[in-house]
This record gives sequence, C-alpha cells and structure tokens, in this order.
Amino acid sequence: MSSAPAAASPKLRAKGRPADIIFQGISTFAGISILVMLGLVAIFLVVQSIPAFGPDFDVKGTSNFLEYVGPLAFGTVWASFLAMIMAVPVAIGIALFITHFAPRKLASTIGFVIDLLAAVPSVVFGLWGANVLAGFMKPAYAWLSDNLGFIPLFAGTASGTGRTILTASIVLAVMVLPIITALSREVFLQTPRLHEEASLALGATRWEMIKMAVLPFGASGIVSASILGLGRALGETMAIAMVLSPSLVVSFILTSGTNPSTIASNIALSFPEAHGNEVSALIATGLVLFIITILVNGLARWLLGRNPRTGGAK
Amino acid sequence: MSKRIEAKDLNVYYGDFLAVEGVTMNIEPRSVTALIGPSGCGKSTFIRTLNRMHEVIPGAHVKGQVLLDGDNLYGDGVDPVLVRRQVGMVFQRPNPFPTMSIRDNVLAGVKLNNRRIAKSDAEALVEKSLRGANLWNEVKDRLELPGSGLSGGQQQRLCIARAIAVSPEVLLMDEPCSALDPISTLAIEDLIGELKQEYTIVIVTHNMQQASRVSDSTAFFNIAGTGKPGKLIEYDETTKMFSNPNEKSTEDYVSGRFG
Repeated sequence: MSSAPAAASPKLRAKGRPADIIFQGISTFAGISILVMLGLVAIFLVVQSIPAFGPDFDVKGTSNFLEYVGPLAFGTVWASFLAMIMAVPVAIGIALFITHFAPRKLASTIGFVIDLLAAVPSVVFGLWGANVLAGFMKPAYAWLSDNLGFIPLFAGTASGTGRTILTASIVLAVMVLPIITALSREVFLQTPRLHEEASLALGATRWEMIKMAVLPFGASGIVSASILGLGRALGETMAIAMVLSPSLVVSFILTSGTNPSTIASNIALSFPEAHGNEVSALIATGLVLFIITILVNGLARWLLGRNPRTGGAK
Repeated sequence: MSKRIEAKDLNVYYGDFLAVEGVTMNIEPRSVTALIGPSGCGKSTFIRTLNRMHEVIPGAHVKGQVLLDGDNLYGDGVDPVLVRRQVGMVFQRPNPFPTMSIRDNVLAGVKLNNRRIAKSDAEALVEKSLRGANLWNEVKDRLELPGSGLSGGQQQRLCIARAIAVSPEVLLMDEPCSALDPISTLAIEDLIGELKQEYTIVIVTHNMQQASRVSDSTAFFNIAGTGKPGKLIEYDETTKMFSNPNEKSTEDYVSGRFG
C-alpha cells in the first residue's frame, strides 16, 4: 500500500482550489505593486532631477544644487527633530495615561479625541499655527531672546511675527502626536499581564510597574511609532508652508524671524512659478527628501536590531 | 519572618458579582496550607485577596477582614504596595522579567520604592535568595544572562528567589507547578518543604497528590453551580482531609469521584 505511487491514488493529488489561487494572486499582486510604485517614484525623481546637477545651475541666487538643497535639508531635519523632542514624551505620557491611569470612560474619550486630532487637515493646523499660535508665542520669543539670548538657540532679535521655526515645530509636534500616541497605546495594551502582575506582586507602585514591565516591553513599539511620526513630520508641507516664510539659511536659532525652510514646503511654495531649470531643482530636492526618509527608516531599523534584548522582548 | 493569616467572613466581589462568600479561616505561621477545589470555585480569587492582587481587576473588592498577625490588610489607609512587600506571590506561569538578567530579576523587588542596596550586600542577597530557591548551583556562572533563557522549572525557581529576596512574611503560590514537568515539579515541592521553615505558605493546586505531599493543612473550596459564589467547604489537617473528611463532597473530590 505504502509503495503505491501518488499517481495511483489520484484523490490525494493536490488540487488547485480556486479561492486559494485567487487570494494568493491578489495578495502577491498587492505586495509587488508597492515595490513597483516605489520604484516608479524613485525613477521619476532621478530622471526629472538630472538637469539640476548640470553646471549652469542658477536658482534663487545659488550657483550649484548642493548650495540650494543644503539649507532646505537642514531645515527639514531640524524642524522634525524639534517636533519629535516635543511630541514623543507627550505621546508616551498620553498613551500611558490612557492605558494605565485613566478610568475606562475617560480613557476612551481621550483616545477618541486623539484620533480626531489625526483627522484634522494639515491646512487647518497651518492656519492655526500662523494666525493663533504665532501671535500667542510672540511675547515668549521676545522674553527668551532678551533674557536667555546668551544661549545660542535664542540669540539675536526675536521675530516680530512669531512665525519662527519653533512655532512650526510646535505645529508639527501637534500633528504627529496622534499617530505616536495611537501606536504606543496599542503596544502598551499588549504588555503581558504576567509581567505587570509580577512587578505589582513584588510591591511595585504603578509607576514602578510601568518602568519594569510596560516600557521595556513597549520600547520597540515606541521607536516604530516615533519613526512613523517622524516620517509624517519630514514630509509635512502645508502647515510649514503657511507658518514659515522661506529663506535659504542654516540657522539653529529658534526665535528669529529668518528661518530655514523645509524641502516639502519649499516645493509647494515655489513650484507654481517655477520654470526651466528650477523645476528640475525642485524635483531634485524631492529626491533628497526621499533619501533622507529612507536613511531615517534604515537607522531606526538598525537601532531596533542592534539591541535584541530590549527590542525584541516578548 | 512569618506571620499568621486570619480571614474573617471574607466576601469577594467582581463588581456586583459575588465570587467568594463567607470565608473564615486561620492560616498558621510556618506551615503550608493547600487550597483545593474545582476550577472556578474561587480559590485563586481568595489567594489573591491575601495580598490584594485581586485589585488589579477593575471593580474587584472585598467585604470582611484579612488579618496579618492582627493587622487588617483592608483597614483604612493601608497601602496595597506595602501589603505586597510583606506577602509575596508566585504565579501559575513563570514570569521573570524578559529584559532583565538573572541577577536583576532577583534584585527587582529589592530595588523598588527607591531603596538602595550596597553592591556587596546585593551580591550576598542574590546568592542567598538563589540558594534559597535551590537555583544557585545551576545559574551561578551566568547571572548576567537574561532570565528568559532558563528552562521553565528554573524560571519558576527564579521567580521564587525574586519573591523571597524581599523577605516577605508570607508566600502565596497560585498553581506554581501547573506549567512544569514532573521533575521540575518535584524540585519546587522539595523547595516548598524547606521554605516553610521560614515562611507561611499558601498554595493553590489542582493536583491532589501535590496537596497531600506538601501541605500541613488543606482547605476545600466548592461552588454550587455556575454564577453561584464559591465557598469554603472544609478546612482541616491534610491527613484528616485526605483520609477521613467530615464532608461528603470533600471525600468525593479528594478521591476523584467528582470534579
């Protein structure tokens, strides 16, 4: 019996089940299409930006592409960095409050509000930043540069409008807050009950329980959430475009009226009146943004992989 | 190092649901008390009220008293954090902290509440606790490795070492061997026999042989039906409970004719 070849018992031969084949086809197509789309975007960016690397570069008074993109790339990274410094701790705090401190009703209300915040269009955040937050922060900037002007971050005269890189970063921070909060909350909720109880049974207070059980478990999730938030901050266009007036400078000063702009907002503001070489230059800056995003993602993955004891803790 | 537990007319509720009703029992210091009974009869719920771990579940509360050498654990202003420092607990499944080394796991409870410990004292305490849990010889060369790399039985003994490192008065064990193989179970049972020299031990178990092997007294819990509260049916010396119990249902349960 056992020596009978498979052909002798045709009932056992694998039969193509239509539902399986169709489903496999659809998911394979979806998986491949994301690669194709990314590839097409990359090809578009590279091909269209080639003229910008030529010798006769002349855009906004700069004589080569690096001179043009440098301040923009700096502004993009700097604004996102400031936004992340503000957003990540607050987001973790909110997520911990929702998952471990708030009564259930309050927690679901706050969770709902946070999710709503994610649905607000970035134009609205831009309007709020330019018209409300800038005016509100203006006295603070004046005070900072008067009293803490010796710190390089607050040197020089304060902005007369309040529309500074710091204002833009605060707007960015509010915009990335929901995504980081929502993802961190999901991770914290998955902390194994066993580990939480282990620390509580040892006589840990709630905060100590969070330090011993929740945060080590959630570390990798927090990093992933922050990367997604950072991705949004790097690419954010409208809010920055409405708050900052673009200028090509590299400056760490938070309170000045002369600010570095970001790649995305510069494209949005300059594209309508661009022609000839400048179009290629703008697309080339888009390519640089694309590369920055890939580098940031790669860095985060490397950080996660480097420390398996906290990163992969299960 | 060891205290008497008295539960007085203890009712445990989950919200409005009465889970355990009217438990009154005295647990002697330096003894092992086994809680047995069918699933859902409230023995795990009851053991958790002895260090207020039931409060982890929202809405869980008790009526009645639990006295630890005369001090009511549920008195006004009693901090559950301090209760749990006196009443340690070992869980059903081994749960060492996965991101911590073996040494840090043992010291985890000691370093809580902003307590500091000198390095030499810490080394001594790690060795004493691990010896106390019969684990020292197996792990002394790899104290820096993660606790999650140990076998299940070793992890459970690591959890016991972690619990006794804070020098509790009482040690609660909620089915500590249910996830372990027979050899590891035997190691834990031997350990329980040694630990009762110093601690009051309360153990929940589904294993009749285990209850008869390790315990001095046995309490049988039962439940009349789904949705009814669990009750303490009989509580006596283990030898009497397993040979000649007063209640018919106890006899049925320990002889395997029920549940």
